[in-house]
Amino acid sequence: MAMFKKGSSFIENLPKIYGLYTGGFLLFFALMAIFEQMGMGADTIGILFVSFTIVIYAVIGWLSRTMQVDAYYVAGRQVPPVFNGMATAADWMSGASFVAMAGGIFLGGHAYLAFVVGWTGGYVLVATLMAPYLRKFGCYTVPDFIGTRYGGNLTRLLAVIVLVVASFTYVTAQINATGTIAARALDIPFEVGVWFGLLGILICSMLGGMRAVTWTQVAQYIVLIIAYLIPVFWMSSKQGFGIFPHFEYGAAVQRIMDLEPVLGVGVLKPTGEVASQFPGLKALTTLHATPGEGPINAFRFVTLAACMMIGTASLPHILMRYFTTPSVRAARASVAWSLFFIFLLYFTAPALATFTKLQLLDPNLSTSIIGKSFADVEALTWIQKWSEIGMVAMKDFNGDGILQINEFFLRGDIVVLATPEMAGLPYVISGLVAAGGMAAAMSTADGLLLAIANALSHDLYYKIIDPKAETRKRLLVARVLLFGIGALGAFVASLKLTGILGAVAWAFCFAMSGLFFPLVLGVWWKRANRAGAIAGMIIGFGCGTWYLYMVKWGGMVPWYGLDHLRFGIIGASASLIAMIVVSLLTKEPDAETQAMVDEVRIPKGQTILGSQH
Amino acid sequence: MATDTAQREAHWHRTRNLMFVHLAIWFIFAFVVHWFAPQLNKISFLGFPVGFYMAAQGSLAVFVIQLFVFVKQQDKIDRETGMAED
Repeated sequence: MAMFKKGSSFIENLPKIYGLYTGGFLLFFALMAIFEQMGMGADTIGILFVSFTIVIYAVIGWLSRTMQVDAYYVAGRQVPPVFNGMATAADWMSGASFVAMAGGIFLGGHAYLAFVVGWTGGYVLVATLMAPYLRKFGCYTVPDFIGTRYGGNLTRLLAVIVLVVASFTYVTAQINATGTIAARALDIPFEVGVWFGLLGILICSMLGGMRAVTWTQVAQYIVLIIAYLIPVFWMSSKQGFGIFPHFEYGAAVQRIMDLEPVLGVGVLKPTGEVASQFPGLKALTTLHATPGEGPINAFRFVTLAACMMIGTASLPHILMRYFTTPSVRAARASVAWSLFFIFLLYFTAPALATFTKLQLLDPNLSTSIIGKSFADVEALTWIQKWSEIGMVAMKDFNGDGILQINEFFLRGDIVVLATPEMAGLPYVISGLVAAGGMAAAMSTADGLLLAIANALSHDLYYKIIDPKAETRKRLLVARVLLFGIGALGAFVASLKLTGILGAVAWAFCFAMSGLFFPLVLGVWWKRANRAGAIAGMIIGFGCGTWYLYMVKWGGMVPWYGLDHLRFGIIGASASLIAMIVVSLLTKEPDAETQAMVDEVRIPKGQTILGSQH
Repeated sequence: MATDTAQREAHWHRTRNLMFVHLAIWFIFAFVVHWFAPQLNKISFLGFPVGFYMAAQGSLAVFVIQLFVFVKQQDKIDRETGMAED
């Protein structure tokens, strides 16, 4: 059982191991489908799917346990680019991407696609500006780079603070998502589900650190992408859209655009009083493919995409994945593979949103509900099931007995969760989707928790507080921190303070406000110095946070439509200006630092930091 | 050492240019195209309105292809200037 131990034979066998694993998972899926035909209940199938996959992740986590520093922090730097790409994709795609993205497009139309563009385009910045250079640097964490490049404990400490704030904002949303899915699949209360989810997350990461997280994330990617694509292909071919709806849904988009004026989408809106009867649910009031006219809408699209892109290139849990590749060249290739694996899900989501919408709106399809009589719609099984748990609601406000567009309310998540049922697919698909959502949320939570715990244990504890600590003690501290932060995250999640999406967008804005320019200029501008970096982090992060506070709670009118989701624009601009001005006003970095930057820029030669530091 | 310095400069010069080229492409497909989405929507591609298509699929595909090309190009630069890893 030395499968997940260090060694070249394991790396060479990776395709075989994960090939077997994928086959095994598909076999499990087929078995479940057969059991369903034999009469197994939907609840049992859901429980089996979620627990079976979690047990597998736990086994991988156990087999990957380690007591070596470089295995714990950077998986021994031997993860091949393609596999690191899969791990990054799982690390990247959160519970929100998996469950909420298609629903967001369904409800938000073209404007929401800014997230889709932003969450993919960011990787161009990662590949061209960041990943290869950070890999050459040889750091264990992102603050490790900042602390060494600019020198001094203060720079390191500031980077740790930004990292912790950004990642913690993000991780509570992920633990929240694991709790929601566990609660639904295992039929336990949400508050218990949150702790159950945390347990699963910690089993994957505590014993083996980055090594364990890497190999579980690859396994989780395989589950989540199968769980996203199979229902779409199946539904699509069943409903006559073809097996690959991606290339053929243009006609469906056109049909929706033709139907919208007929059904009154964007014209018929529920009154504020009516909408407040169903908190968390929304009626469809936005046109599907038609962007809002005028420069302000274009500006809002572009600024949101920019925040998500620059945030991507600053989020430490993503950047640290590229520290694990064997070479600089592999780090670069790995970014391309990451984006490819992410693309597979992200270009499916708009297709899914489109034909879910068409199924509900098009009177020529048997699945349509808008324009049908209330009695008929209420008799549908999926409507009954999802209205019971408050995910769907409808009310005949004008009393004509016909369901209108502004009389049907839903939660965005339902597009992924319930579409298989609308199309009449078997329950086994719902079990698969639950396992996929769980994989997506767990893998992201793992990456984030590890980023926080590693920064605190390596940068704060080892580099600042106790530089003489021995390996055993360092790794023990790292694990205690991982557990503590996880528990804190679960506690915050159980309070249900934030809506998922708000928190996710904030994490990007925090990260870009404080870290983007210190990281980029650290490589690309030799003149950038310590004072500049300190100013860049404090002023950038400070201005961003101030703006968020003023817009969200302080009653300030947003400047040019830059609302609380886009505060990173303010933070990052302030950071850039502060960093350039202060760097130019103070002395240029010493010759040693400049030579270090020269070394970072070329792939050849030793890493800047030794393999054990 | 002199040749090494010259090679390093050549390497960085070409690396920087490549970065600017790719960021220019990125800028067009990340921002410019979407700024004109209402106008592009009047044109049709594969049956899609183009403004919608670019945000749902087109830009994403460009980013993916662009990165694989970037990896190849940067590799070539590293090798030709003798700055590649062994």
